[in-house]
Parts: sequence; structure tokens; C-alpha cells
Amino acid sequence: MGEAIRVRARHAARGLDVDVTVPEGSMLAVVGPNGAGKSSLLQLISGDLVPDDGEVTVHGRTLTGPDVHIPPHRRAVGYLEQRALLFPHLTVVDNVAFGLRARGRDRRAARARAAAELAAVGCADLAGSRPRELSGGQQQRVALARALATDPEVLLLDEPLAALDAGVAPELRRLLRTRLRGVTTVIATHDLLDVAALADRMVELTGGRVTAEGHVDDLCQRPASAFLAGFVGVNLLHGDTHGDARVWLAPTIAIAGAVDGDLPPGPARAVFAPAAVAVYRAATHGSPRNELPAVVVAVEDRWPVQRVTLAVAGQRIAADLTPASVRELALAPGDDVLAVVKATQVALHPG
Amino acid sequence: MTGAGLPRWAWLPFALAMALLVIPLAGLLARAPWARLGELLASDRSRDALLLSLATCAASTVICLILGVPTALVLARARGQWVAAARTLLTVPMVLPPVVAGLALLTTLGRRGLLGQPLAVLGVEIGFTTAAVVVAQTFVALPFLVVSLEGALRTAGTDMERAAARLGASPSYVLARVTVPLVAPAILSGTALSFARALGEFGATLTFAGSLQGVTRTLPLEIYLLRESDTDLALALAIVLLGVSALVVAAAARLGRTHG
Repeated sequence: MGEAIRVRARHAARGLDVDVTVPEGSMLAVVGPNGAGKSSLLQLISGDLVPDDGEVTVHGRTLTGPDVHIPPHRRAVGYLEQRALLFPHLTVVDNVAFGLRARGRDRRAARARAAAELAAVGCADLAGSRPRELSGGQQQRVALARALATDPEVLLLDEPLAALDAGVAPELRRLLRTRLRGVTTVIATHDLLDVAALADRMVELTGGRVTAEGHVDDLCQRPASAFLAGFVGVNLLHGDTHGDARVWLAPTIAIAGAVDGDLPPGPARAVFAPAAVAVYRAATHGSPRNELPAVVVAVEDRWPVQRVTLAVAGQRIAADLTPASVRELALAPGDDVLAVVKATQVALHPG
Repeated sequence: MTGAGLPRWAWLPFALAMALLVIPLAGLLARAPWARLGELLASDRSRDALLLSLATCAASTVICLILGVPTALVLARARGQWVAAARTLLTVPMVLPPVVAGLALLTTLGRRGLLGQPLAVLGVEIGFTTAAVVVAQTFVALPFLVVSLEGALRTAGTDMERAAARLGASPSYVLARVTVPLVAPAILSGTALSFARALGEFGATLTFAGSLQGVTRTLPLEIYLLRESDTDLALALAIVLLGVSALVVAAAARLGRTHG
């Protein structure tokens, strides 16, 4: 697979300094905290943002570079936002035909293509409707059809499902999956489901810089940052190992686990699920279990579990307990407890 | 809706204001020579004034549209400190006393004016011609269109335009197919307002264009001249202006509602 998109650019005002490539026909997920520069990265590719210096190339053609800046309307880059932004004064079919009409195709050909695109997103029967008569999910389907009708070389999705009802999002995610097969796509998202269902590779942006990059499976199973661990919904503890299947979090606190591959001496991390953590008031000495001294930071209702946030050796982990056990333990912020994790449920990775 | 939280004393100034604004109109309608209206309006003087007003207002409204829509677009979309300065300059004619506007036009475009003198050398004279009437009307009416349209453009925002550009539409295509249709109600109501302002133009026209029957004497000028010599004809013409104004206001209000 050749590279379809290459962005190597710096934008001081947005605090952005990135180098990202997207292989032909694949989907790259861009994740990161709010303000990390996800939308800015998309805007560099769409041409809405001009970098201080750097280059944006698509299929080897320089769209932005030294002394070059092709404006958005001359790029074959499709864009789908959180809001569908359908033109309210046009019918649904004319919305979808808009891009082709703007490129000079005659009305009949543009409408025919638009009708086909509408059918492909399951909205053929809405062709004559006005956008305001459509539900949010339908509007976003039409917006997808409108973007694809122009045969974009690259499609950019900026949290395309974030504004939809939870009941509608899965359907649309399935639709994106079928319609975007083979389309080079970059999706900025806050939702692990988008990443898991759609993306091949992912990058994590933090403060405008790429802090992790790789295949979705690798990054999700071995998250290297607190953000990624939280994004995936697992606990991550950083420490050092001497190469003995234990990671030392502090001089007297270690967590033992299963080693996946090699674990050379040096920095290492432990990954485990919140559901694997039990909380006790007193030592249990069951073996082989990790008993980590912890302080309760917060208790939060996340039906059907109670999420207890704990501080362990200066780091944060989450424990998912039943409401009954939280009541029984009478947990309150500031309490000293023991966080207990079976070593078999902890994965240790170098780095 | 009931007047929750409305102080009861507010009804008194309200009644006085309504009386001040409505009673004179009622008085005009009461004194109007309804029986002879057709005959009066058919006279040469009134026909000349009516046709001249319609023709000049149509011309100045078209100029306002051609100049005003792109101007509003620049003010709403361009960035930089000069934009605020340009906006202030454009709104000055709205509050400028019309006679001052006329004087400004006369000293600039009149025969001895800054631009008028070189134009006169080329054989072009504007002062005291029908063209001067159109220039005066455009001068006072254009800001109304620009200001109301700029507000509508700002409210509409740039999201739709950005979406259109990302579909491959050039800026001119976006303007014609997205921006203008989206703010069409505001363009229509702004046009109606500037037409009404042009129709009522008096001071600048009199100062810059004079009062020559059939050439520069528009309806308001004719009404002023006739008010003592032929009160009935003046009232008949006033009824026409009142009727057109009422129509314009009603149309603008209706468009404003469908827009909202």
C-alpha cells in the first residue's frame, strides 16, 4: 500500500507540529484530548488552514507547500462534520448533486449520480424532501452521500457521529463501514467504537504533536499513555522492571503480571481492566495477587457499576465495583485501601 | 401573552407615542380629496412627478442592489481593522442630514466640483439632471441595504459556504447558489427599505438636482411646492406616497417573518 496522504506541517498559532501519513485506501483515526489539534490536522488536509511551513501531499501531488496553496474548492477532499450542513434551500437530491453541478456537470447527469448515491445510503425515498424534514441521522446519511458523489480522493470525518442519538449512531457507523471501504479516510473521533469499527491505524495527538502511532489493535491492547488507556477504558501504570515479570511503581510497590513477548529491564507499563480490580480495607494475602496501597479519590455511579478512582503510587487507576460492595466498604474520598489485582489479569509491556 | 412584569405606567407614553404617530396620518387621510383623486393624479404635474419618482427610484434601487450586495459581503466576510472603519463611513449617510448630503454631492459632482469639473470638461454634467436625482437617492438609500444585509450575512455565518467550497464550488458559485439564496429574504427586505428611502428623498435631491418639472422634480418636491398653491393636489400625491410606504413596510415585515 502506497501512501495517499502525507502531512508534515507546523502551525504556531494552533500549536501544531505534525508528521502523519495515511496509506492508500485505509482509514486513519485521530484521537486525543480536546484541543489536541485533531480538527486542525483535518483542516490542513482540506486546505482551510494554511501552515506556517510544511507540506500536504495527496497521491504525491503537493496541495500545500512552499509557495503553493491550492484552495479547498480545487482539492478533491470530501469533508463530513458533526453537523450535516445540508443547504436548506435545496431538495435532498439537489444537495447531493451540488458538488457535481459546481464542477460543471449537467443537471441530468448530476441528478442521476445523486440518486444513486442516495440509494447507496438508504435514502432514495427522501430525494424530493427538504433537509429540515429529515431526522439527524437521515441528514448525516445525505451529507455522506453528498460528499461521496464528488468522488473525493480523500475523505475527512470530523466526529461525524458525535451529534447523533445513541440509537442512531451504530446504524450510521455500519453505513460508513460499507460506503468507505477502499476510500482513503481520516476520522477525528472521541469514540472508541468509531476507531474499533472503522479504522485501520490510529494516531494520538497531544498538544498538537503525535504522541503515539500504529495499528489500532496494538495501540488499544498496549496503550502507552494515560489518554489512550482512558480512551480504551483500561488502567495503565508506568514503572520500571528488572526483567522479572514485575513493574516497580515505587521503591516498595510492584505489580506482577503476564509478560507478552519480551520484557527487558528498564521502563515498563502494566495494563489491566477496571473490572479486574478489587478493593479491600485490610490485607488478604491471597496468592498470586497484587495488593497495592491506594487512596480513594472519587466514587462515581456508572450503572451498572460504581467506578472508584484510586491513587496508586502517584498514578490513577479505576476500579469497577458493584454498588453493594461500595456500600459495604463505605468508601469515601481520602480513605486508605488496598487495590487488589490478580497477576494473570495484568499485561506487562516494555516502554 | 400577558404583560407579565410590564409596569402599568408604560401604557401612558405608549398611548401618547401611538397618538403622535398615527393621528397625523389619520388627519391626512381625513383631509384627502378622495372624490377628485383620479382627476388630480391624472394632471400633467402629478403624472410627471409620479413617473419621474418611479423611474429614478427604480434606477437607484437597481444600483443599490448591484453595489450593495457585494459591499455587504465584503463587510461581513473580510477581516482587518479597515473593515470597521469602512462600515462606519458607510453608515454616515444614514444619519447625515439630507441637505448636507446634497451639498456634499454638489460640491463634489457639481459643475465646479472636485470631480464635476473634470467631468464637465469631458462633456458630462450631472448636477441638476435626472442623473443627479438618481445619485442623490442612491447616496442616501444604499447604506440601508448594506447595513441590513450585512447583519443577515453575519447571522447566516460561513458554515454553509465552507461546506459548499469543500464540495468543489468556487467562491462565485458559492455566492450565487448558496449565499444569495440563504439571505434572499434579507436582500428583498433591504431592497424594499432602500426603495422607500429613495422614494422619500427630498433634501439632497433639492440641493443637488434642483426642482425642474419632469426632470428633477420628484413626488416629495412637488408636494412641497404645491402645499400652499394647490393643497388638494399636494394631498393627493401625499396619499400615493403614504400608500407606497405602507405597502413597502408590509412587504418588509412579511419577508422578515418568513425569514425568521
